[in-house]
Amino acid sequence: MATAVQQSAHAFELKNVNIYYGSKMAVNDVTLSIPRQKITAFIGPSGCGKSTVLRSLNRMNDLILGARVEGGVFFNTQDLYQETVDPVEVRRRIGMVFQKPNPFPKSIYDNIAYGPRLLGVRSKNALDEIVENSLKGSYLWDEVKTDLKKSGLALSGGQQQRLCIARTIAVQPEVILMDEPCSALDPIATQAIEELMRDLVKQFTIVIVTHNMQQAQRVSDFTAFYSIRKNEAGDGKENRWGILAEYAPTERLFSAPASEETERYIRGEFG
Amino acid sequence: MSAVNPPVQQTYLPDETAFRRGLSSRHLRGRLWRGFFLLSIVLALFALLALFYNVVNSSAGLIAVQFVIPPEEVIEGGDISSASAEQLAAAIVEYRPNPALVLIRNNISAVPADQFTTAPLSQVLAGRTIPEGAESLTIRELSPEQVAAVMAANISPDVLRGFVDDEIIGLNVLETYTLTNSLLNRAAIEAQIAADIEAGELPENTRLEFRWWLTGAFISSGQSSDPVLAGIRTALIGTVWIVIVTVALAFPIGVGAAIYLEEYSAPQNPFAFRIARLIETNIRNLAGVPSIIYGLLGLAIFVRTFEALTSGAIFGINDSNGRTILSASLTMSLLILPVIIINAQEAIRAVPSSIREASYGLGATKWQTIWKQVLPAAMPGILTGTILGMSRAIGETAPLVVIGASTAIFVDPNGPFSSFTALPIQIYQWTARPQAEFRAIAASAIIVLITLLLLLNASAILLRQYFRRRLQG
Repeated sequence: MATAVQQSAHAFELKNVNIYYGSKMAVNDVTLSIPRQKITAFIGPSGCGKSTVLRSLNRMNDLILGARVEGGVFFNTQDLYQETVDPVEVRRRIGMVFQKPNPFPKSIYDNIAYGPRLLGVRSKNALDEIVENSLKGSYLWDEVKTDLKKSGLALSGGQQQRLCIARTIAVQPEVILMDEPCSALDPIATQAIEELMRDLVKQFTIVIVTHNMQQAQRVSDFTAFYSIRKNEAGDGKENRWGILAEYAPTERLFSAPASEETERYIRGEFG
Repeated sequence: MSAVNPPVQQTYLPDETAFRRGLSSRHLRGRLWRGFFLLSIVLALFALLALFYNVVNSSAGLIAVQFVIPPEEVIEGGDISSASAEQLAAAIVEYRPNPALVLIRNNISAVPADQFTTAPLSQVLAGRTIPEGAESLTIRELSPEQVAAVMAANISPDVLRGFVDDEIIGLNVLETYTLTNSLLNRAAIEAQIAADIEAGELPENTRLEFRWWLTGAFISSGQSSDPVLAGIRTALIGTVWIVIVTVALAFPIGVGAAIYLEEYSAPQNPFAFRIARLIETNIRNLAGVPSIIYGLLGLAIFVRTFEALTSGAIFGINDSNGRTILSASLTMSLLILPVIIINAQEAIRAVPSSIREASYGLGATKWQTIWKQVLPAAMPGILTGTILGMSRAIGETAPLVVIGASTAIFVDPNGPFSSFTALPIQIYQWTARPQAEFRAIAASAIIVLITLLLLLNASAILLRQYFRRRLQG
């Protein structure tokens, strides 16, 4: 993946993307552009494929047996699913924070130094500096600076999630994908993460999947609402798949939704 | 929802009394099962205790012994433990003139064995005390008194005492009694011995001694046809060698196979996936194949076909055939590989996918993820499988019999190409003898085997705990 020659205004361009798990279609015909250095939120009811789309942005779906992406997923005008693209490089540029905080069973220091070490950084001074900056960048430094040797698993849930964010920014990605990063956290920890996100977006492009519409409203600049379509499969079962129902600047999507379905969803009538 | 009363329904559930009756019978059934489970535990414990009782019972007890030569005859007063070096040396020269020279050669000779009897004493005993005027004589030209003087001056009294004890006074074991019998019926045993002496069935100088068969000397002595002198050193060394080489072979291969099956066997390609599952099923079946079959395989392949390798011939070692520690270890590796592979696979599978995702998400390659995250997280489980395999390698006897562990080994095994015997083989041979003394030393060897097993397992468990603690931080 050569560095983008033409810097498009958008970090990602999705063109008619279909995603399948085996023979089952999970997401149908998603076309959307994700702007650089903004927070874009994916919302929608369970099973609408918002996480699936998110995970297709850094080829995390490759790890799932039978997952397949059709159409074009472009990052800086580069098609991520071209044969010549190495998913390792994709993930190094497009970091990810997961739903459940998942620090490695190592010390706080080693958690953050993990990514730089993968890339071959060995110097103690350089690693020390990266660890400090990353922890400061995720508002965790003051809480843990005295015991960096402590296991990452010994932290509270909110601290663990901020550790995971610090770990992600330690490799200086261009994009951070967040898959419901606050769903396992209490409101205070959630607030801390949301503030952090507003700060991080000055440097990074952020895409966040959330179940929480208020969160999308509070933190995001753009919101994509996904919904579910279904039809009868032959044998009395149902086929369900996700579609992108509406995509707009957050303020407009919540104040003046274009479709009735979006309006019903943001009023909390289903989902 | 309407406000009308629901229609009265026929209830199919039991009324109060029937419920209570049913409840007590439900509880009763639970209690019966609980009793059965408790019984299982009690039976298992009983079996274990019976085993220990049986082993310990045979490993110590009274023995009726007769000295080959009574101590009073060997040394004035008959008290070996306080005899002087001069007395001991004189006794050795008197009763065992030739072994006396061997004793000198083995303990203090300064020249190669082939020059021992031809070189002058000034060379043979260079730096030692030499009887006056004997410097230019050879050892054979010394008078018995001079030989005794050489020994008394240069060899420690403890060595001399041990020699007098074992080689001159000696012990003929006439009767052996079990530990419980010895403790509970001592008076009866003494009466019986006295009666037997009276009747002329036992020699007059028979005496009763209490003997622990499991002694330091038992562990440090080599094989012997005399149960009093026999020990397990060679067998113990053989077993330790086999276990070390086996684990060194089976651990990397087993873990490697497990990693390939779990991480690399191309799940995206249905054909390769099918083959991998087929291999896996077969590995599971192999874990249940009787060990004697592995022994036959080892005999055909390692001992015979690859004799040049297993005998060490291709490395220039020519003094043995293919029945070596290496053959035994290769066979044992095959035997324990399935156990290691299956456990390692399960341990690798149990590593949470969140850890893998986190690693991949930071731009790790597959190998980096496996090496830095999956393997450390799976290590406790992998070690559990290795412990199981190792325990099996220590205890297995049948394959070793087939491969041809030697029955008589007088040189300690010193490497993978040595012929060997192992503890289970040694135990088997001793229990096959009719004399009760051999059962006693077999029981002692069993105690050593079990202790060795516990030691190895304990160290492996400590290692596992270490990895676990490292994971929990």
